[in-house]
Amino acid sequence: MIHAEGLTKRFGDLTAVDGISLDIGEGEVFGFLGPNGAGKTTTVRMLASLISKTSGTAEVAGCEIGKEADALRLRQQIGLLPENVGLYEGSSAYDNLEFFGELYHVDRVTLRRNIERLLRMMDLWEKKDLAVETFSKGMKQKLALARALVHDPVLLFLDEPTANLDPEAAKMVRDILLEFKKENRTIFLNTHNLDEAQRVCDRVGILRTKLLTVGSPSELRSQFHGTRTVVRLERASEGIAAAVRARMVSRKVEVSGNELLIEVEDPDRENPEIAEAVIAAGGRIRELSQPGPSLEDVYLRLIHEEAPSS
Amino acid sequence: MRFSQAWTIARHDMRLLRQKRGILAGLIGFPVGVGLGFPALVGLLLTQGNDPASWLPTYVQAFGFWFVIGAASLPTTIASYSIVGEKVSKSLEPLLSTPTTDGEILVGKGLAAFVPTVLAMWAGSVLFQAIVDLETVGTFGYLFYPNWTMTVELFLVLPLVALLAIEASVIISSHVTDVRSAQQYASLIILPLIVVYVASEIVGLTTTTLLYMAGVFGVVDLVLYSVSIRMFHREEILTRWK
Repeated sequence: MIHAEGLTKRFGDLTAVDGISLDIGEGEVFGFLGPNGAGKTTTVRMLASLISKTSGTAEVAGCEIGKEADALRLRQQIGLLPENVGLYEGSSAYDNLEFFGELYHVDRVTLRRNIERLLRMMDLWEKKDLAVETFSKGMKQKLALARALVHDPVLLFLDEPTANLDPEAAKMVRDILLEFKKENRTIFLNTHNLDEAQRVCDRVGILRTKLLTVGSPSELRSQFHGTRTVVRLERASEGIAAAVRARMVSRKVEVSGNELLIEVEDPDRENPEIAEAVIAAGGRIRELSQPGPSLEDVYLRLIHEEAPSS
Repeated sequence: MRFSQAWTIARHDMRLLRQKRGILAGLIGFPVGVGLGFPALVGLLLTQGNDPASWLPTYVQAFGFWFVIGAASLPTTIASYSIVGEKVSKSLEPLLSTPTTDGEILVGKGLAAFVPTVLAMWAGSVLFQAIVDLETVGTFGYLFYPNWTMTVELFLVLPLVALLAIEASVIISSHVTDVRSAQQYASLIILPLIVVYVASEIVGLTTTTLLYMAGVFGVVDLVLYSVSIRMFHREEILTRWK
């Protein structure tokens, strides 16, 4: 569905996206992770043919990016939910969808059917005639999702669909994404919500101007196995942490509640030393474990490793 | 350029206009005010001085020019709402992601400002001309309206001026961040027209001067069109507009 080779975007001297190469298959949910300013939105805009590329090639839904003749054909096939939902607040939910349906040339009968199906799916059908300005943030987000789907696109670009939503509304939107996934739609999801990516995405790519890595959440986690030891104590203290730090020179030790979180490189060799240090400092160990890293660990490590040295 | 796509945008924007009371007040109030106010003034002038038939037509013709001034002022308000308003409410990006060309969006937004303005001014001018004719036919001994000067004014100068105001609004919209600033800058367009109006009270507006004026506006329209189409470029809007 998406094939990109060395896709690059520069704004003057600033390189916003640097040589991205990726392949996304049909029906795949692909998560694009990265901090603010990493180039996620710029990548989506290039792939959606909204802005030009500086160099590289990309083909999306059979259309070549950067080819003027393909731009309209591409936009006809994709749905885009931008970071700011940008609804017409004074218009009703129905009118918002109808306007976009007309711009996508959906015939009247199909359009009416699509609008009803989507509004019912989003639990907004009863409110279809109300002005959008009376809606909550979560309802607006759902309506914007419906707008992106009103013409039945084969590919959906979602830019931070749960940003700024309260946990309940965010869960609602995530549940809807899982529904889309069942419908076998290809979804390109920009997010910095790692939990969301882990739950929804088949594969994720971590971006910081350059694409740092791509893989399924479990593949990425396995690359970083055994990086942290967690010692659960009867009562953790800074004194015990200091003792461990003194023993494990150059290791990062943090106190979190009654747990010590210690970065290790070789758990088999280092864990007994950690246990000795804790006991010597008067700590009573309840559990010493080596949990697999979360996607967050992978993300933070990659982002920090790639952070500009300046 | 698919006109149907531009017309879909124009219809939608015109529907949104109905929710803007300030714009509606201008679209109704201005033509009705000019259409009733100036005939009232004409009625008053008819009772002043000797032989009004010799000097009053110059004033009457000049009063009619107010519809052109209205056509320069009202579309700036509408276009500012429809472009800067959408920029502020962030609804331009979803619109830009639809299968429409930049030109279709620009023409659609232009039509949404052009059509109501021109129709409102024409309606007001019908009222103005009918009342003036009723008032003056006895004194002048002939129906002052319709005449060629007013016809050129309404069907040539007025649409060209409305177009100019819209194009200027598009250019200004790319540099400002709020609707009010856009309106304030765009409203400066009426200044040269006020000068024309004042001059017309002295030298009189003739069909020939209006045709010259239309020529000038036509050339300026073409120049501004090429500038505004460059400004209203998808990438420009998404990455450079403030």
